Amino acid sequence: MSADPQTLAFDASCHIFSGCGFPAPGLHTFMYKPIFEVGGFEFNKPMLLALLSTILVVGFFWMAFNKPKLVPGKVQMIGEAGYDFVRRGIVYEIIGKKDGEKYVPLMVSIFFFVWLMNLWSIIPIAQFPVTSLIAYPAALAIIVYILWVGLTFKTHGWGGGWKNITGYDKSLGWVLPLVVVIEFFSNLLIRPFTHAVRLFANMFAGHLLIVMFTLATYYLLNGLGFVYAGASFAMVLIMTIFELFIQAVQAYVFVLLACSYIQGALAKSH
Amino acid sequence: MNALYVAAAAEPQNPLIPHLDELVIGLIAFAIVFGFLAKKLLPNINKVLEQRREAIEGGIEKAEEAKTEAQSVLEQYKAQLAEARHEAARLRQEATEQGAAIIQEMKAEGQRQREEIVAAGHAQIEADRKAAASALRQDVGKLATDLAGKLVGESLEDTARQSRTIDRFLDELEDGASKAEAAR
Repeated sequence: MSADPQTLAFDASCHIFSGCGFPAPGLHTFMYKPIFEVGGFEFNKPMLLALLSTILVVGFFWMAFNKPKLVPGKVQMIGEAGYDFVRRGIVYEIIGKKDGEKYVPLMVSIFFFVWLMNLWSIIPIAQFPVTSLIAYPAALAIIVYILWVGLTFKTHGWGGGWKNITGYDKSLGWVLPLVVVIEFFSNLLIRPFTHAVRLFANMFAGHLLIVMFTLATYYLLNGLGFVYAGASFAMVLIMTIFELFIQAVQAYVFVLLACSYIQGALAKSH
Repeated sequence: MNALYVAAAAEPQNPLIPHLDELVIGLIAFAIVFGFLAKKLLPNINKVLEQRREAIEGGIEKAEEAKTEAQSVLEQYKAQLAEARHEAARLRQEATEQGAAIIQEMKAEGQRQREEIVAAGHAQIEADRKAAASALRQDVGKLATDLAGKLVGESLEDTARQSRTIDRFLDELEDGASKAEAAR
């Protein structure tokens, strides 16, 4: 609360060849002043975007599926395509049709919610991927984590659940203790962390790159620097398009991993 | 442009440590999405997808039914046609047989009639011959008698006697003829 806003806000007078160093974007880029405060709770822009994501996802699917028709209209058709993509393309593929059906709503929700939170990155005025704050991917990763750990013990019982998580298999012989330890850490402790961080880091890095090239474009606009500025601006455009792709891919990967964890929890012990 | 980078008031901390308030907002935001989708919207669309699937499958089933029916009707028709052909062939065969029988019958009848006519002709001829023979006998007798009367000058008016004499004479003639025949 004590930092000087000027060190974070953009200094409009700073350009190359003017004796001013490049104001490289840093972690400050990911911090926002609260829009308002209610009893110590600070409501900031990413929170607003997260809630807007909720409204948009629910709003879209409301329009598409609230009164669905046998012969679909345009919105319903798009909604069905998206729904089908997650249902058949991910859940049925990974978990299987019979076991997977139960988890389709969760996966559809996660996919579109995450995708939209990612998508804010390149939407004018918003221009911030909510998922580049670890809390949002972590929230979803925790839900998935609780679900698959619970399912593991529910499916295999207490002992079987531990065997499933630790990859216990007598035929491994002397490496068995090693495998059990590694699998225990890898599955139970590291997995939720990597699940969240994979999404977070991608969005974090992507956003940082776009901000960096945007700032550089402005910074380089002085004298001959316009040549570099042009190159930098081209990078902004390229990165924006690339991000558009990465946003969808990361949402896809996040759901894909969630499904594979659930599939692993449901799988027969081997 | 500055609006983009509205400065936060806090010192940046480790970006890997989630803020609790953001975590809570994230969970709430997601819970709302999940609630709407899982409780209302996805069941809605599932129902419709199921109905659509049924409608399509129903259509296919109906088409299948119609096809089977058409097939059975066709087979029925074919069977009827074959039966009709069979019947026609049978009738033709029967007619041929009947015709042959009739012809046979007619032939037999014709033969019979011919024989009858021939037999009748023979009988007629025989009767005529007999009549002619008896008539001839009388004429010959009268002529002979007349001739003999003239020759012997004796009246032989007595019919009975005459007749006996003629008969005797003719019988001798016949006997002589038959003896001659037998001798030959």
